[in-house]
Amino acid sequence: MSDFRLAHVILNPADQAGPREKLTRRTLLARGLFGVLGLYLGHRGFTSPSAWAFDPLLPADKPGKAKAVIQIWLWGGPSHLDTFDPKPDAGNDYTGPFTNPISTNVPGIRINELLTELAKVADKYSLIRGMTHGVNAHETAAYLVQTGRMPGDRIVAPAVGAVVSYFKGQPPEYQSLIPPYIVLTEPQGRFSEAGFLGPKYKPFATGGDPSKTPFTVEGIVAPGMTQSRQRERRELLAKLDILRQTVSDHPQIQELKQAEEQAYDLILGSSGKAFDPSEEPQELRQKYGTTTFGQSCLVARRLVERGVRYVTINSKGWDTHKEHFQAMRRKLPDLDRGLATLIQDLADRGLLESTLIWCCGEFGRTPKIAWEPPWNGGRHHYGKAFSVLVAGGGFKGGQVVGATDKTGSEVVERPVYPTDLIGSIYTLLGIDPATTVRHPQGQMVRIVPTPEEGAPSAGLLKEIMTV
Amino acid sequence: MKTFQPLVLRILSVTLLLLVPALLARGEEAIEPFDSGQPFTVNNRIDEILAKKWKSLGIQPAQICSDGVFVRRVYLDVIGTLPTAEEAQRFIDDTSRNKRQRLIEELLDRPEYADYWTMRWGDILRIKAEFPINLWPNAVQAYNRWLWSALATNKPYDQFAMELLTSSGSNFRVGAVNFYRATQDRSPKGIAQAVALTFMGERAEKWPPERLEGMAAFFSQISFKPTLEWKEEIVTWDPFHATESGDPPPQEAVFPDGVKIKLPADRDPRKVFAEWLVSPKNPWFAKNIVNRIWYWLFGRGIIHEPDDIRTDNPPVVPELLSYLESELVQSKWDLKHIYRLILNSNTYQLSCVPRSQHPERDTYFACYPLRRLEAEVLIDAICQITGTSEDYWSMVPEPYTVVPQGERAVRLGDASITSAFLEMFGRPPRDNGLESERNNRITAGQRLHLLNSSHIARKIEDGRGLEWFFASSGNPRAKVTRLYLTVLSRYPTEKELAVIAETAKAQRSLSRQAGVDLVWALINSSEFLYRH
Repeated sequence: MSDFRLAHVILNPADQAGPREKLTRRTLLARGLFGVLGLYLGHRGFTSPSAWAFDPLLPADKPGKAKAVIQIWLWGGPSHLDTFDPKPDAGNDYTGPFTNPISTNVPGIRINELLTELAKVADKYSLIRGMTHGVNAHETAAYLVQTGRMPGDRIVAPAVGAVVSYFKGQPPEYQSLIPPYIVLTEPQGRFSEAGFLGPKYKPFATGGDPSKTPFTVEGIVAPGMTQSRQRERRELLAKLDILRQTVSDHPQIQELKQAEEQAYDLILGSSGKAFDPSEEPQELRQKYGTTTFGQSCLVARRLVERGVRYVTINSKGWDTHKEHFQAMRRKLPDLDRGLATLIQDLADRGLLESTLIWCCGEFGRTPKIAWEPPWNGGRHHYGKAFSVLVAGGGFKGGQVVGATDKTGSEVVERPVYPTDLIGSIYTLLGIDPATTVRHPQGQMVRIVPTPEEGAPSAGLLKEIMTV
Repeated sequence: MKTFQPLVLRILSVTLLLLVPALLARGEEAIEPFDSGQPFTVNNRIDEILAKKWKSLGIQPAQICSDGVFVRRVYLDVIGTLPTAEEAQRFIDDTSRNKRQRLIEELLDRPEYADYWTMRWGDILRIKAEFPINLWPNAVQAYNRWLWSALATNKPYDQFAMELLTSSGSNFRVGAVNFYRATQDRSPKGIAQAVALTFMGERAEKWPPERLEGMAAFFSQISFKPTLEWKEEIVTWDPFHATESGDPPPQEAVFPDGVKIKLPADRDPRKVFAEWLVSPKNPWFAKNIVNRIWYWLFGRGIIHEPDDIRTDNPPVVPELLSYLESELVQSKWDLKHIYRLILNSNTYQLSCVPRSQHPERDTYFACYPLRRLEAEVLIDAICQITGTSEDYWSMVPEPYTVVPQGERAVRLGDASITSAFLEMFGRPPRDNGLESERNNRITAGQRLHLLNSSHIARKIEDGRGLEWFFASSGNPRAKVTRLYLTVLSRYPTEKELAVIAETAKAQRSLSRQAGVDLVWALINSSEFLYRH
């Protein structure tokens, strides 16, 4: 015991950096995607390995165009007028300073003048300008847009990401060590993504900031921790965990061991590199934008490239009641660079065909500007009409669906309800929107609600789907 | 060591152990540090009933647990709090015979008892400000205040239920009225379902529809009247309350046991139902709660799931359940009396190391079951050890809920106030009040977080609670001993001290790092993460 001294020492900086493994995409795929067992084996496979065989709820395995989804969630609700549905002739009370929407590479489609990069790839995405639900409260609208349901019908429905993870992110189909459903970087606060499907379908939230080096992914990448120290720690834990040694065959301990093996496969293996944007060429990183949002887009691409099924990028700060236009000048260029580069980059790699992108907030913002104090040129919540950008995964590019009136206040052509958008996403993934899943209280719940359940619909987005 | 075993017997068993070790093998030898070396003996009626059962099935129960295990277990189970090093040490070093019984009494009287059980009750009462329950923050506060003081004063359980079912008044001022507001469906049927689940342990959605309808009639005259204050509602009896279809409320109701009644015009039907419910003869009322307490303390009900009571889901030991029911009625609905009976039983004090491979060993409670600490208890314990705190807040809706710095997660009282950690570790959303909403199963994501997150690493390295351990001064052996008492609530074994000394020797130049790694290892051990 006398040798056991505890004193402050400075760690050797060389030791902190750790060995940098140089990996090719192929080895990553080999080790990660087709590696041992899914990280979230806890899902279905865990309790009963044959659970799949007994689950009558799974739809027939229909191949979809889309293999993965990237959801860009503009939390707070961006103005449709100042992004994808400009109304330059509506007058100063509606346009504010943005009176010169720019042409895109698709004749006839014009978007906000700050979205210069997105203007160059308009042939690769479509704009839904007739999105509507009429709800002006953040939480209700966020729930509605991501589940298709109005709250209050006794169930807490899972969001699109959890449903995709449920149907597409479980073994044997999904075998990656990386969780199938990932949020960059923070979850949406109160919003329970998994709903009644339960915690195992919750997204893995990375935490940290991908624009910082290293991108500290909570739990996977620990700054200053070398692989050799990780291994020594693991040995120490094994030696000291007396309970585990004593009742090693206890089911709870077995479960712990299994979870721990999966965790260490990620910590010590190479899968964690999927989260590391510093492996990308500097030029490309710059193109995405060196911000949290830009680098999140880049990491999202790296993740879907490795088979991750659903990535949500939560972009905050769109709830611009006050000094809205100043905020837009800050935020739009960031969105523009990140999103346009993501679309182009996926297209360049041949991944846009199989990667579906959808980008919107929970609602739009009031077309009429509140010039008076305290708003000083603000826009408030507006659920009656807003826009969604969709790209890839079987969505056509260069199309506009629906239209609003002269001031962007009413949908006058082809309304699109949340159920229509969500149903279309599921269809492109090969998940039948009429599929039901079992609620813990017994009843069967449709993954997309019907008009009879109080959820309006104007039909799937067939006009822009290539299926 | 609390035991009433005569000394002679103990000497005899020790002698036997020395004489015929091969015969007894693992049967009698104490497994350090979990067993006490004392075989199971009968201490009270619970033990007697179960011992009979074990004997008939040929199940050998585990040994009585060690003092270190007991002090940790009973703190976690009764007050949801880890004992401090000092508390653990004081108890282990105490040589008085009835120290376990005294500790149980002490804990039942602590304010943390009410904190912890307010949390557990809050789960099944669905206390949540926001979607989908939408109680609203002020109402959550009022409800929690009522609940906390009811538990702290050990309000007789019949009165407890009576107040929840029959109170009238403002949701901001009369906490108990929120019982009727804390459901996703406030229709008479939705309320009847919540009442059946909470107080009868039955899932009314499995009932024939006419049975639910008959019970719903008792709750068809409740009105929720708004006031001038934002989100305030007066919950009250309104005999003229119209149904959704505009018809007058039904005049007849049917109790869940099938007895029909014409609702008297001059009485609140909620009271009529509540009086039927809290009668000592009611077949559900006492059964549900004693079974739930058993479930809360053992992680497994005598009827299991505890909130799925039905004729085709019988108790595993009917005699045990009816004994506890009669004790509750005879004690005039004293819930702490039931806790006391269970906690003082040697069944509760069994070690987690099983002595039988019988497949039904766990079903019959022949050893203490391992369970991962609840999300809130786990983070509170880590904060206590490391001297750190977590930030909790709720920004939507106004009024914002600001949680004071250093507040424990167990005391949050509102499922709308949460954190990534609590979410990840299966804290219940309180959406439907089922016990299964709380998920204590370990996942790979949780394991990653505990093993390798900066959140936990920062707590260990920067927390003020362990400064004494990382300080360069002090006797290493004494410090490791105190660390074990702090994290695992027991003394380290000689074997453990040897392993640590060896590791330290191997890493001589990195002794602070070795210290950090040791704390990390203990916090990541199953002994820390699980009730055992």
